[in-house]
Amino acid sequence: MTSLYSFVTGPLAWIAFGIFIIGSVYRLVSMYALAKAKDGSSLAYMSWFYGLRSILAWMVPFKSQGWKSDPLMTVTTFVFHIAFLLVAVFLNAHVVLWDMNFGISIPSLPTAFGDIVSFVAIAGCAVFAYRRLSLPHVKGVTRCQDWFALILVILPFITGVLAYHQIGPVLLMTILHVLSAELLIALIPFTRLSHALFVLFTRAYMGSEFGGVRHANDW
Amino acid sequence: MSHIADRIISDVGLEAGVAGLTTEKIETVVNQMLKGETGAKLRAYKETCMRCGLCSQGCHYYMSHDQDPSYSPVNKATETMYELMEKKGKVEPQRIYEMAQMAYTECNLCKRCAHYCPIGIDTGYIMSMVRRICYLLDVVPQYIRDTAHSHSSTMNQMWVKDDEWIDSLQWQEDEARDEFPDLRIPLDKEGADIYYSVIAPEPKFRTQLIYQAAAIMNAAGCDWTMPSHPGWDNSDMCMFVGDFENMGRLKRAHYESAQKLRVKRIVMGECGHAFRSVYDMGNRWLGHKKMPVPVIHAIDFYWELIRDNKIKITHKYEKPVTIQDPCNIIRGRGLMDKLRDVVHFLCEEVVEMTPNREHNYCCCAGGGVINCGPPFKNTRMTGNRVKAEQLKATGVKDVVIPCHNCHGGIEDIIGYYDLGMHGKFIGDIIYELMEKPEL
Ligand code: SF4
Ligand code: SF4
Ligand code: SF4
Repeated sequence: MTSLYSFVTGPLAWIAFGIFIIGSVYRLVSMYALAKAKDGSSLAYMSWFYGLRSILAWMVPFKSQGWKSDPLMTVTTFVFHIAFLLVAVFLNAHVVLWDMNFGISIPSLPTAFGDIVSFVAIAGCAVFAYRRLSLPHVKGVTRCQDWFALILVILPFITGVLAYHQIGPVLLMTILHVLSAELLIALIPFTRLSHALFVLFTRAYMGSEFGGVRHANDW
Repeated sequence: MSHIADRIISDVGLEAGVAGLTTEKIETVVNQMLKGETGAKLRAYKETCMRCGLCSQGCHYYMSHDQDPSYSPVNKATETMYELMEKKGKVEPQRIYEMAQMAYTECNLCKRCAHYCPIGIDTGYIMSMVRRICYLLDVVPQYIRDTAHSHSSTMNQMWVKDDEWIDSLQWQEDEARDEFPDLRIPLDKEGADIYYSVIAPEPKFRTQLIYQAAAIMNAAGCDWTMPSHPGWDNSDMCMFVGDFENMGRLKRAHYESAQKLRVKRIVMGECGHAFRSVYDMGNRWLGHKKMPVPVIHAIDFYWELIRDNKIKITHKYEKPVTIQDPCNIIRGRGLMDKLRDVVHFLCEEVVEMTPNREHNYCCCAGGGVINCGPPFKNTRMTGNRVKAEQLKATGVKDVVIPCHNCHGGIEDIIGYYDLGMHGKFIGDIIYELMEKPEL
């Protein structure tokens, strides 16, 4: 078991990060090449100013029509993404990892707070799942890929919480936690989670068209 | 949730088109089009859409059908383009009928949903690409196909013959000279400041609008002209059909006829979709990032006349009015402030609809939907109950509508929901209020 542990936290971690980085670069570069080859009449209108303006406008909760239209979804989206980043980067166990593996030292969240944030992230996923199950306009367009992405995201949180609270065999839970996190990282470029890579560009493009061509706000 | 298959409407064009399809043909055309004409934009949209459903409330069809998910933007994209992409074009002919009906008649390409999607997905663009595929498969509603054919054979939307066009202008000039003795409609005047272009339904059905425009130009002392040759029609149903080749021909003819006359700029009449084809679609197809001849919309033009004190009105319009914001010039071109300045200059009281400005609801006629003709009239009427509610809530009788399509759409809605209102072009109001020579 300990050798398995050192394998998943050692070589496998490097592989997961490798796939993530190479995969992300590949996806972004190939998408850009495709855009250059085929979407010239759109690329021509890309604008830093209007692109950034749109990104910033949509980072403000309840500013856009979309965020106003569904408060539960808005709160959940913002809270979930913030919780996700906080846990992934600043949880004290993770901070130790950054330090040990990359020699980067960053401040860590107080332990109890980190625990709460993990529960908040799980609750966020629960809201997403609730929407997919019960709101007709979401249920109708939900496909397996959407569920797969949601499960991929929630697993590291659940196993993490179990390991931390020592529910079930600790070492096994920790291994499962690391494994599920690695799976998540490696698959980001290749699943619906790729929105993490592309959303800035789609948003900036919409902002550029609305600001530069259509002279109207896109929020 | 309803399904498109349960609301199929009989249309000759769609039926005949589908009868000529085979699954192999569909597969070939879809893949050729997806490979050859679309790229990263469409692929990123499909992949990045989180199926969150936030765009639903942006769409007037969804809102007007008691939040029926079948009409939500993401569902329309899922049931058409995304399905074609996933199945690599392997779908049955009947499915193409359903997709065509959805793309041509259940989306106005109004892009209102853009204000609702956090990812920035442009459902209007996706539906245009579905239409493009349907057009290449020859599955197009009959009425709009006929209109597009008129464009491609006569270079205007209404089969107006070259001599009929000149006749109509001279007839209007003649009529107007009774009221304004020195009025001219100058034809082919080289080097004029203004080249005035209209949509073909103006000479065909609403000739008084040309009369009024001439009266305004005359009173304001403009140096203007209208062309006697093809290119005079700025409208563009080919754009909405998905016939981009002819869209390009039309726009080129429009720009070139102005260039031939070496005019300073084009002023377009009160139309929304024609303006879209000039600044957003046709220009891109031709590879112009900017318009080769400056083009402005009538609202911009009226606004300048008011700013420069060139229009004199005898009094303000007394009855309260409301304003329809046409998507293609408001969400499309940011003319909301100028539109309001002009209307407030002309009218005593303006009661706004909510939401308005770039968050307006489309009239449900746009995107070529009204041009799909009588078979789909009910689609427009039931699809825009929200507009009827908005109009009714203002409590006024007059609607200022600076767009031809919106005029048709809103008049239909007013009739269907029995609102007892009626629409006015800005030109109608200016003409009514302006100082006229004493005879
Ligand atoms: S009609 Fe307008 S709001 Fe509805 S899907 Fe089409 S573009 Fe979006
Ligand atoms: S709002 Fe955008 S991301 Fe969400 S379902 Fe609609 S198109 Fe997809
Ligand atoms: S007809 Fe008017 S409201 Fe409707 S899409 Fe065109 S501009 Fe928009």
